[in-house]
Amino acid sequence: MAAKLLAYSDTGSPVHRLNGVTKLAVFLLIAVTGMVIYDTRCLLVMLAISLYVFFLSKVPFKQYSFVLYLIIVFSVLNQLAIFLFAPDQGTVIYGTRHELLPIAGRYSVTAEQLFYQFNVLLKYAVVVPPALLFLLTTDPSEFAASLNRIGVPYKIAYAVSLTMRYIPDVQQEYVNISTAAQARGIDLSRKEKLGRRLKNMISVLLPLVLATLERIEKVSAALELRGFGRGRKRTWYKGRSLTRKDWIVLACAVLLSAAAFAITFGKGSRFYNPFV
Amino acid sequence: MRKPVIEFDRFTFQYRAQSEPTLHGIDLTIFEGEKVLVVGPSGSGKSTLAHCINGLAPHFYPGERSGSLKIMGEDASALGIAELSDTVGTVMQDPDGQFVGLTVAEDIAFKLENDGVSREEMIRRVRAAAEEVEAEAYLNASPQELSGGQKQKTTLAGGLVGGAPILLFDEPLASLDPYAGRATVELIDRLHRDSGRTIIIVEHRLEEMLHRPVDRIIVIDEGRIAADLPPDELLCSGLLREKGIREPLHLAALRYAGCALSPEIRPRSVETVDLEKGGRAEQLRRWHDANAPALRPTDREPLLEIERLTFGYDSADPVVNDVSLTVGRGEILCIAGRNGAGKSTISRLICGFHRPQSGTIRLGGRDITRDTIRERAETIGFVMQNPNHMISKPLLYDEVALGLVNRGVPEADIQDRVHETLRVCGLYPFRSWPISALSYGQKKRATIASILVLRPDILILDEPTAGQDFRHYNEMMNFLLKLNADGMTLILITHDMHLMLEYGQRAVILSEGRKIAEDAPARILGNAEWTEEAHLQETSLHRLARRVGISPEDEFVSRFIRADRGMN
Amino acid sequence: MQSSKGFSVKTIVAIGIGAALFIVLARFGSIPTGIPNTNIQTNYAILALFALLYGPWAGLLIGLIGHTLADLISYGAPWFSWVIASGVAGLVYGLLSRGMRIHEGEFGVREIVRFNIAQIVGNAIAFFAVAPVLDILIYAEPSNKVFTQGFAAGGMNMVTVAILGTLLAVAYSKTRTKRGSLTREA
Repeated sequence: MAAKLLAYSDTGSPVHRLNGVTKLAVFLLIAVTGMVIYDTRCLLVMLAISLYVFFLSKVPFKQYSFVLYLIIVFSVLNQLAIFLFAPDQGTVIYGTRHELLPIAGRYSVTAEQLFYQFNVLLKYAVVVPPALLFLLTTDPSEFAASLNRIGVPYKIAYAVSLTMRYIPDVQQEYVNISTAAQARGIDLSRKEKLGRRLKNMISVLLPLVLATLERIEKVSAALELRGFGRGRKRTWYKGRSLTRKDWIVLACAVLLSAAAFAITFGKGSRFYNPFV
Repeated sequence: MRKPVIEFDRFTFQYRAQSEPTLHGIDLTIFEGEKVLVVGPSGSGKSTLAHCINGLAPHFYPGERSGSLKIMGEDASALGIAELSDTVGTVMQDPDGQFVGLTVAEDIAFKLENDGVSREEMIRRVRAAAEEVEAEAYLNASPQELSGGQKQKTTLAGGLVGGAPILLFDEPLASLDPYAGRATVELIDRLHRDSGRTIIIVEHRLEEMLHRPVDRIIVIDEGRIAADLPPDELLCSGLLREKGIREPLHLAALRYAGCALSPEIRPRSVETVDLEKGGRAEQLRRWHDANAPALRPTDREPLLEIERLTFGYDSADPVVNDVSLTVGRGEILCIAGRNGAGKSTISRLICGFHRPQSGTIRLGGRDITRDTIRERAETIGFVMQNPNHMISKPLLYDEVALGLVNRGVPEADIQDRVHETLRVCGLYPFRSWPISALSYGQKKRATIASILVLRPDILILDEPTAGQDFRHYNEMMNFLLKLNADGMTLILITHDMHLMLEYGQRAVILSEGRKIAEDAPARILGNAEWTEEAHLQETSLHRLARRVGISPEDEFVSRFIRADRGMN
Repeated sequence: MQSSKGFSVKTIVAIGIGAALFIVLARFGSIPTGIPNTNIQTNYAILALFALLYGPWAGLLIGLIGHTLADLISYGAPWFSWVIASGVAGLVYGLLSRGMRIHEGEFGVREIVRFNIAQIVGNAIAFFAVAPVLDILIYAEPSNKVFTQGFAAGGMNMVTVAILGTLLAVAYSKTRTKRGSLTREA
């Protein structure tokens, strides 16, 4: 079975020492800002800063190389799809047309389209470093405490913790069930035709679902037996309090996104237009 | 006057979904600082009794109660599960279900977090609880990195961290190997002696529990209290056999030898029983001499031959390392070893789920190392421990037919073969039932039927009797013996020593991926080095033989097993 | 159950472990159809089943948590428009299939029809409307592209849930049959 794709490990960098709350808040702030704004300059500055912080974290390359590969494949496919579906989207947005390379029919590469697609890529790229940073430098145990701290009700925050706790167990169960099925001639691999594969899939899904429902019963009983949900609030073993550094980082992130918003909307359009 | 902490008074409980009460008119008082063992066959109501004490019944499993139950003098019906958890700390049988934290420390802290205890105090109390159960060395480990015993220590610490004066254990030995089980029994005893907590243990594995003293044993049968006696008196009463609870092996041996049993000789454990007075040692020796020596296993035609098999996910660190073994046609072979020793990997290699790095597997003389999973499935059947992981059809008939349908066997043949298999497995009357309506033991047989219908030459069963009480254990093993008598070769992967001893013709011990022993089970269980490596324990029969000077001890054990087989 | 504030403990656990199952199936349980980038996502059958069993809020949160973590684990960053769509899908599945007594073993033709109407409406709202519209609003992606993607994914999910989801729900309801209704045959 494949090892965990992304896993937290502590390199002791300043980024690791920050509170999970801080990293979660910064990630969400940048994600929202990155989604809303479309100003190329702001996006570039944000990307540069996030990459610099990512570099500071000293996360070893091999820990995220595989994910990076997936991101690149995903982005390339998405870029191609955009071009295939709407080669003139850039011209529509920016209102000018500088043709660079005609291909065939309505397909030709324009400077506007290239710039527009670069922006789409940039918007996605801006979110990646803070998301990876949050994931790779935060102890998963701090996730739930951090979510609760930024205002998510503690029961829902704890549901996230349960998800992290039981992903490996459910995965193991899936592997066990599918191997037992294979031993009885239920093939899930590409060798089978689609209809048959779907039918075979149900032979794995049903026991998996029933085992999961049974697990839900057991875990609920265990939670009840230790007083989960009795109070309006709960405390967290891994919930550290914020230090001065955390506040400084948070303040910087807020300032940065406020500036990005101000620049973007100061002139009435989400888009930065270099063509006029 | 001792202070009562739990008082049942004409207490009756009926689950909402059932037509009959599960507990009838229970009168039972447990006093502060007592250590009480509750035994009974499955379905007797012993778990329900535990659920009434910790509040799962009726708050989690709805039902009606009558009569009264007081806990620490307070009426339990006025208390919710959360309030009760301040008084009663519960340790359940499934450590994976109960281990809800991402790490050991968080799991121990869970109750404190819910009670809103400050972080500083939590860290202090978690450390203290971890030290009490000796789990402080792995506070930051995740559950996936821990053994069953370590997980259980964690849940135990999580049960006592809240300061509850009563600790309730619901089948604490069910998912542990014999070594971890004994450690748990010793740990519970230490917690009892050091802190004066009241301890209630619900468990049907009586012999293992009596490794350390208990004050009283309560026998529950059909929802009523059948006995409430000190261990020595209960063991001499003959009630255990009547109620389908396995009596300690040393006691059965004393009975077979015709020794008079009375509470005065302290029969509760092989260590305490008085053998000298009354000539009991002499009786045992005479019995031993009167019984014929055990037969040596005959040489069999080899069916499955494994030669120098090596496999690892990481080639530098093999999980199975240069293992060779042979299984004879019609043999029952047990494979034992502690968690991670390579037992399940070997069975996966045999079934073809993994490709070995080197070595060969031959079946009936033919090299099958290159065969696919599906090709091997024609001749090798694999039955998993948890029947729920194998059942993929709602109806019994469809489930057993599934493998044949997938192989494209004609409809008419399918019906004949399914019905024939269901008859063999004693499930024919249930053929049109949904599987969910079957009992656990029947479900387990249904999964065996779904493999048998494919007519394999060899069956591999992973812990075939796990989680079953003595009666169901006997039923299952008699069924497997019958299959074996009809010519089926069986490989049993197990750490149940009784099973190995009573049914295994040969046993193989794996340790760190290597085969370290291969011998008759009675001899393996008499070897301290091997039992330690495999996380097994020496049996009380070996101890008994040694105490009365019979040598070799395994010879005594073999003769006992043969006599025991004749009795049942 | 405890007279708890907000969600019951069992709903919370169903959300947590349901999301774990959603994620595991996102990774291992998707079957390529042969058409590029169009997979049979078996995890949406699970989402529909859990929304049916544990209600709309469980559906919403399993969709949100499951999709966010699945994206984080395999792509490093969540694609928020589709994360929200998964949540909406779970919510609508649950809202429209509310009040069915599947726990008591009742899941006949009427219930099957209702369950499928719920899932078709849920998938339509989530993937024909919410996901593409958010893609346009957030990423300014071309509308013909995002609607094509939305129709493909939503349509695929409708088929997946119709087959796998219905089979799972029927099978689950059969496990709830009462023992009293059965007799042994000779």
